[in-house]
Amino acid sequence: MRTEYDVVVVGGGPAGLAAACSAKEAGAKEVLVIERDKEAGGILNQCIHNGFGLHYFKEELTGPEYAGRFIKKAVELGVTILLDTMVLSVEGHKVTACNAQDGLLVFTGGAVVLAMGCRERTRGAVAIPGDRPAGILTAGTAQRYINMEGWMVGRRVVILGSGDIGLIMARRMTLEGAKVLACIELMPYCNGLNRNIVQCLEDYGIPLYLSHTITNVEGLHRVERITAAKVGPDRKPILGTELYFDCDTLLLSVGLIPENELTKEAGIPLDAVTKGAVVYENMETGRDGVFSCGNVVHVHDLVDFVTAESERAGAAAAAYAKGKSSQEGGKTIYIQGEDPVTYTVPQAIRMGHVTGQVEISFRVNRSFKDSEIQVRDKEKLLCRFSRSHMAPGEMEHITIPKVLLDRAVGEEIKVKAVEKEAKA
Amino acid sequence: MKELICIVCPRGCHLKVDEEREFAVTGNACARGQEYGRMELQNPVRVLTSIVEIKGAQGRCCPVKTDKPIPKKEIFRAMEALRGLTLQAPVMTGDVVYRDICGTGASWRATKDMS
Repeated sequence: MRTEYDVVVVGGGPAGLAAACSAKEAGAKEVLVIERDKEAGGILNQCIHNGFGLHYFKEELTGPEYAGRFIKKAVELGVTILLDTMVLSVEGHKVTACNAQDGLLVFTGGAVVLAMGCRERTRGAVAIPGDRPAGILTAGTAQRYINMEGWMVGRRVVILGSGDIGLIMARRMTLEGAKVLACIELMPYCNGLNRNIVQCLEDYGIPLYLSHTITNVEGLHRVERITAAKVGPDRKPILGTELYFDCDTLLLSVGLIPENELTKEAGIPLDAVTKGAVVYENMETGRDGVFSCGNVVHVHDLVDFVTAESERAGAAAAAYAKGKSSQEGGKTIYIQGEDPVTYTVPQAIRMGHVTGQVEISFRVNRSFKDSEIQVRDKEKLLCRFSRSHMAPGEMEHITIPKVLLDRAVGEEIKVKAVEKEAKA
Repeated sequence: MKELICIVCPRGCHLKVDEEREFAVTGNACARGQEYGRMELQNPVRVLTSIVEIKGAQGRCCPVKTDKPIPKKEIFRAMEALRGLTLQAPVMTGDVVYRDICGTGASWRATKDMS
């Protein structure tokens, strides 16, 4: 088995596949993708619903179809995909992995791309009081059991959290004959996309309780009853507002965390807000020649944006492997998100690498109607962008032309959003 | 006047549809939103996805979708059509699994290569 590659990609989901394909297209000769599952495609394989690919393919695909196109493309481009193999560590450009057939494997890459994706927050992460019976699952686990293994996980279901996976599973379980009693969300707004509230909850008459949380789980062997209550502005339950649900299953859709154990152990700097690596304009991390992309950097809403970001990472990894050092970066500008902007990706721009424009992704911490995104250098306004609507559940993107960035005098620019003043 | 949230794409435009003016749609960002608004009040349709048991493949379930949006009121009958069906690998993306669902002219088709 070959052990030296131009680019080694950790993870064969949508991010890893897109990075590998674009590395090939950018001239990398030998590209390896290491995937721990039995097949490539990652989480898309269990996302059998449609709605993927509207940006990238300009058509509506299901998860398996979207993954299938990239697997096919990777194979046609001659990307090596190693399945059933777990990466144990990344040290510099040395990637150590193991599998049942070959035992311990050590690969070296001219460049390395980290594309491990994210995983779900569990009951432990949100501290739900009550008994600990069977029947409490994360929505993604239920999705895998139902859609890939063909196991039905429950008959009467309550869903905590209004993330997209929770909404999608509310519909899926209803279609398979379960009764979904409620979807309960702590915040006063839904975390999922508007379209999913309509086509997953409203279509099937499933009530959404905003500003509510679960205050008790009861059940000896299996979940029997769940108590929910309204919360005040301090997000604490209000006595006397309890609702009771007789059910056998509780699904949790309470957020995703980038899976960065390898990144952490590699000593690569992480961002406290995104919980992913700090990255430059081309998705390179704080470690030379190690790139990161997709949900392992920051959790996306749409796979299309994962693909776009990962293609940038893959192309940059190929260029690095060809010997284009990242040291020749010129001036570095750090990007600071200012309330209500909670973070930005990338976190820094090396001007020497910028050709034409830089795309910046970020999230806001509350909803906005008519608003304006402003990019400032100290007090000078560099550029601004209008938005008719922004919400915490929807990632925002802005594209700044290089000519405007060149006008930045200092080493830091700030991104913030303000409500537009009402017209007289 | 009826207010709707468009489900055609993740943008989720807030539409207004005027039943008294031949279902005129405002608030849409694209032509597909106009079509959605008009249809949603007269004959709402959805693309439906599900799974079918498969033998002889690596996985146990083959994901499928309707190749056309079907009327909302036919959704549960369309799900019923798949009951008891078992496929034999290999199945390729796009293969018809069940033809003409409840007289809608739509078919269930595989959405994954399974072998």
